[in-house]
Amino acid sequence: MSDPAIVYELQNVSKIFRNEGRDFTALRDVSFSIREGEVFGIIGMSGAGKSTLVRTLNRLTEVTSGEVRYFGRNLAELSARELRKVRRSIAMIFQGFNLLQQRTVIKNVEQPLRIAGVPRRERKEIARKMLTVVGLSDKEKEYPARLSGGQRQRVAIARALAANPKVLLCDEATSALDPKITGEILELLAKINREQKLTIVIITHEMSVVERICDRVAIIDDGNLAEVGEVTEVFRAPKSRAAKKLVFPSNPYDPSDKDSRLIRIAFDGLSAKEPFIADLVATTGRKVNILSANTKSVGGVGYGQMVLELPKDEDDREVVISYFKSKGLSISEVDEA
Amino acid sequence: MSDYIVEAIKNGVWETLKMTAYASLYAYIIGLPLGAILYATDRGRLLANRPINLLIGVIVDLMRSLPFLILLVLLIPFTRWVTGSSIGTTAAIVPLTVGAIPIVARMAEASLCEVQPGIIEAATSMGASPLHIILHFILPEAAPSLLQGAAINVATVLGYSAMAGVIGGGGLGAIALQYGYYRYQKDVLWTTVILLVVMVMAIQQTGGLLAKLRRKS
Repeated sequence: MSDPAIVYELQNVSKIFRNEGRDFTALRDVSFSIREGEVFGIIGMSGAGKSTLVRTLNRLTEVTSGEVRYFGRNLAELSARELRKVRRSIAMIFQGFNLLQQRTVIKNVEQPLRIAGVPRRERKEIARKMLTVVGLSDKEKEYPARLSGGQRQRVAIARALAANPKVLLCDEATSALDPKITGEILELLAKINREQKLTIVIITHEMSVVERICDRVAIIDDGNLAEVGEVTEVFRAPKSRAAKKLVFPSNPYDPSDKDSRLIRIAFDGLSAKEPFIADLVATTGRKVNILSANTKSVGGVGYGQMVLELPKDEDDREVVISYFKSKGLSISEVDEA
Repeated sequence: MSDYIVEAIKNGVWETLKMTAYASLYAYIIGLPLGAILYATDRGRLLANRPINLLIGVIVDLMRSLPFLILLVLLIPFTRWVTGSSIGTTAAIVPLTVGAIPIVARMAEASLCEVQPGIIEAATSMGASPLHIILHFILPEAAPSLLQGAAINVATVLGYSAMAGVIGGGGLGAIALQYGYYRYQKDVLWTTVILLVVMVMAIQQTGGLLAKLRRKS
């Protein structure tokens, strides 16, 4: 099987906003690529530059330097007309849904088809089909104001899919929704990705979103690309500080001594068969304090993670760490939670 | 009130409505696109263009700052050129239209500004052209607000139409002036005033109701 095609290739993308003489660097030398058919996550804290980054992918934002290549074509070189044509293959959904409030659901879904010049009858037919895909075929005559947040995002997804795009950009698409509805929307996106082989780019500040459906992830920290890789790999062994912060469980107990050293260990289903904490105590005689432990599904694979408080004595710590390492567990230091 | 005055008032109501309707219609045909241009060429908008925005903005504001009575007089040659006469109901439609255009333009611009920027971003991301975005995204979204504004504008035109009586325009204004003011017929004066008030209220209420029915959020 040949390698999947590259949809996006970003090379040293920088974006500087000039505002009344003061420069603000939103993106600094960001390079990565997105493959056809994958679900690619872009994660970062708010203000990290991820929304700017996703807007460079359909040139809603112009890059200051660097290149964004879409199927090999440099977006910056396209004429206004060419750009409009290319944009029709890049759908986008938003945190605020951005539906036309004064138009019915079906009219909203028809919008991209109308732009593409599809005849009225055909538009309606396609729009109906899209509403069926997102499970809202009974709502076509409703107005968006009468729908719940989750339903509105479904309409937005139907609208995004209507013109048969190659890529779907999701800008914080689930951030305004509660966890249950977020799960449903993510499931829908995953289904669309599977069934239509649609490349999906997801912008989020929540690691849980990335863990649930992304294949690969780019971590953006203060305008820089901190890390990019397979989600499972980033989860198991985060390298950058930003990544460590993101994968760190959100609610561990406080350590008994606030100066003590914490480590986070991650293990997949295989290592989980071994009672390694018990083994640690039995083999080395050293103890650790478990501050947090949980399991979760990352990219469809079951993973466990623990946050441990290490013994106070420096030598004891080394013994514990080398024991875990010898067992093949991924350890990351937690400098600050 | 004698029969011929009642007849004149009936006729005046009809003339006032005719002037208001035509002047409003023409003012919207020209003023709405002007408002859309003012909106779209403003800084940071779809077709940001400082010179055009400034030019149209200055013309519109100049016209708007001229008192309507002065405009009526100033436009007499133009009116005669357009309609062949400078007095009468048809002639009054010309200055009324000219006077209403800048008001319509600025009101329309304000309505369009209310449209959420996210809608425009979504439309742009779909690959829509600026014209398509204005026609199929911004105008429909602004429709309730535009209707609300239209009610105010039409009522204003109706008020102006009464003023047209001064330079020989027809309608209730002329009757109020000729019988009520020059001949001290207080009953005629009050009848016309009450009729004008009722008409303004009817327009305002109808416009408000239409806007409310149209608004889906």
